[in-house]
Amino acid sequence: MSSNVITIPGIQIEAMPWVDEFHQWLTTVDHKRLGILYILSALLFLVIGGVEAIIIRIQLIHSHNNFVSPEVFNRMFTMHGTTMIFFVAMPILFGFANYLVPLMIGARDMAFPRLNAFSFWLSFFGALLLYFSFLGGSGLYGAGNAPDAGWWAYAPLGARAFSPGHSFDYWTLSLLVSGFGSMGTGINIIATVLCMRCPGMKLSRMPLFAWLNLVMAGMVLLVISPLTAAQIMLLIDRYLGGHFFDTQAGGSAVLWMHFFWIFGHPEVYVLVIPAFAFLSEIIPVFSRKPIFGYPVMVAATVSIGFVSMSVWAHHMFTVGMNSYANSFFAITTMAVGVPTGIKIFNWIGTMWGGRIQFKVAMLFCIAFLFQFLIAGLTGIMQAAVPFDWQLSLSYFVVAHFHYVIVGGILFALFGAFYYWYPKMTGRMLSERLGKWHFWLFFIGFHLTFDVMHIPGLLGMPRRIYTYEPGRGWDTLNLIVSIGAFIQAIAILIFVANLIISYFKGAPAGNDPWDAWTLEWSVSSPPPAYNFATIPTVASRRPLWDQKHPEDPDSRYE
Amino acid sequence: MSGATVSFHNTAVPWQLPSRGKVAMASLIFAESAIFTIFVVAYLFYVGKSLTGPTPREVLEVPIFFTVCLLSSSLTIHLASKFLARGKQSGFLALWLLTIVLGGLFLYGTGQEWHRLIYEHGLTISTNLFGTTYYSLVGLHAFHVTVGLVMLLMVAIFGIAGRVGVSQSERIEVLSMYWHFVDAVWVVVFTVVYVLGR
Repeated sequence: MSSNVITIPGIQIEAMPWVDEFHQWLTTVDHKRLGILYILSALLFLVIGGVEAIIIRIQLIHSHNNFVSPEVFNRMFTMHGTTMIFFVAMPILFGFANYLVPLMIGARDMAFPRLNAFSFWLSFFGALLLYFSFLGGSGLYGAGNAPDAGWWAYAPLGARAFSPGHSFDYWTLSLLVSGFGSMGTGINIIATVLCMRCPGMKLSRMPLFAWLNLVMAGMVLLVISPLTAAQIMLLIDRYLGGHFFDTQAGGSAVLWMHFFWIFGHPEVYVLVIPAFAFLSEIIPVFSRKPIFGYPVMVAATVSIGFVSMSVWAHHMFTVGMNSYANSFFAITTMAVGVPTGIKIFNWIGTMWGGRIQFKVAMLFCIAFLFQFLIAGLTGIMQAAVPFDWQLSLSYFVVAHFHYVIVGGILFALFGAFYYWYPKMTGRMLSERLGKWHFWLFFIGFHLTFDVMHIPGLLGMPRRIYTYEPGRGWDTLNLIVSIGAFIQAIAILIFVANLIISYFKGAPAGNDPWDAWTLEWSVSSPPPAYNFATIPTVASRRPLWDQKHPEDPDSRYE
Repeated sequence: MSGATVSFHNTAVPWQLPSRGKVAMASLIFAESAIFTIFVVAYLFYVGKSLTGPTPREVLEVPIFFTVCLLSSSLTIHLASKFLARGKQSGFLALWLLTIVLGGLFLYGTGQEWHRLIYEHGLTISTNLFGTTYYSLVGLHAFHVTVGLVMLLMVAIFGIAGRVGVSQSERIEVLSMYWHFVDAVWVVVFTVVYVLGR
């Protein structure tokens, strides 16, 4: 028992009845429990979104397949995209931020615990609203029982004439509601990082995790707002007879594209910056070296935040913008690669000369480095406007952004699970199952998404529900689908690992990785109040100072 | 390192952090500004693109009096919070109620204008692009004024009950930040709708 846990001698606490326990979880305002709720709900929707992906891949496994109808296929890719971005990626990253930021900066909770709970429940009920469209979308009356306009819902597909019934309204409302939740979380993270740091935790001493999540939260405020505004306009069009995106009354379909992508592209960075945050904590610990180039990492993150706000229209090169706009967005898109490249350089610099421990968490991070680099390179290829004209809306694009989101963000997330699961549960995840998970997922990922580039180059458009035989796409699509199944098996192993290790995993202790940030100074799982006494820190690695009083970091600041 | 005893030396360091209420309100204002920006962009993008009438030049009248009301309410709320910080509760309450009256007048002005547009000129949100963008932008602002007035009224009720004192001063300042923001947005909306868009 750590000295940081308050124990009252002579008092035995009995286990609560499950109803009380459940009630406590439902009404909790504790940042750790809310973090876990975020993560659990995201894992649930990860499985649902994964099933939708598998349905898509079964349909495309060979030419002229009849596994699902074209209508169902449209619903599946719409629901898959919407679910994965809004109800898997964002909540799971918010969950980790919620859990870890207060612990890392030596605070007892977030700045606004009740706002925190409110944000989580908005996000969760937003997700339920989206899936309620299967029941409430007037599907029985022939109107389609789930949104099917694609996750970006280009006008006029969102108009009443093309999306009758209520399924599309649920899509709009769900994004609106969960968007308010995201804004609440963004505000909360900013206030927490700026106002709740423990004594001595200057901004220049904060763990990079807190820094990167601060930038992410700022971007959330700037990025979710345009989406919210656009959804309000869409609701006005659908319900009050407005003409924002109604071309017959002089409205513009292109304006919706701009509004959507002003949200849509920076959103990628909202998702990937927390992934960078995981790497910036995990790689130093398993390289046994402090992070290389801390100030440059912060500067690069902030500049990614700025530059990524001005790249959105590279999604629209084929719309027919003038050549000045095309050149501007091509240049900014290439420019955003520079700070990202600096980051990759710094992580390699951290590993260079370190005593690298190839734990599962580290394996996922190393895979991230290579895969994110390739994803970035195909991104730079598409920043070249003529190249984009050729490949826009093809499977090459699908392969590219899945390389970012799966090969980058999801791999970093798995690394984060293996690294912080011991802190959250008090049990180690099995390294043996973890290695199976890693290698199967790694092989499945590369089978699917490396190969997927090729049908794109051969001209296979995205979002088609089937294709003609004899175009050279059949074998490639078969390989892609097989890879998807291997990934699904790997995910099942991961879920099994989470469940088995929760009951049978080796006890973790406070600090299983011999790490340096404050969350490892408290018990696993941490007590409700986090820190019995608020710590005072004197360097970027407060725990190193504790363990090595003869050679503390603070001496070199 | 299980069971390692970790204790931190609690040497007192000078430590001051910004108020979380103000930081949060500033963040909210940042996000709201982005929402308003999108509506303003849509308004400007669609100026002169309506396929049918009425046009802004035909029907809009510049609401100078109500604009003066709203902008001066920024001054009264600022003075009110200064009074509260100095512990002068009756001065605070009087200026606070004046702020509510000025805000209410502005809202009345918006309602009057909408009534005139709808019943005299037949302009609704579905008439043309001008109607759509005008009612959404001005309506979004009026919605924010309404939310602000509800919060101001709550404070007024507590103030009349004698429950608002110096210790609430910081919260009142946070609320007045929001009210200043609503006023500043009106300056933008006014410029866009009544000056540039006419």
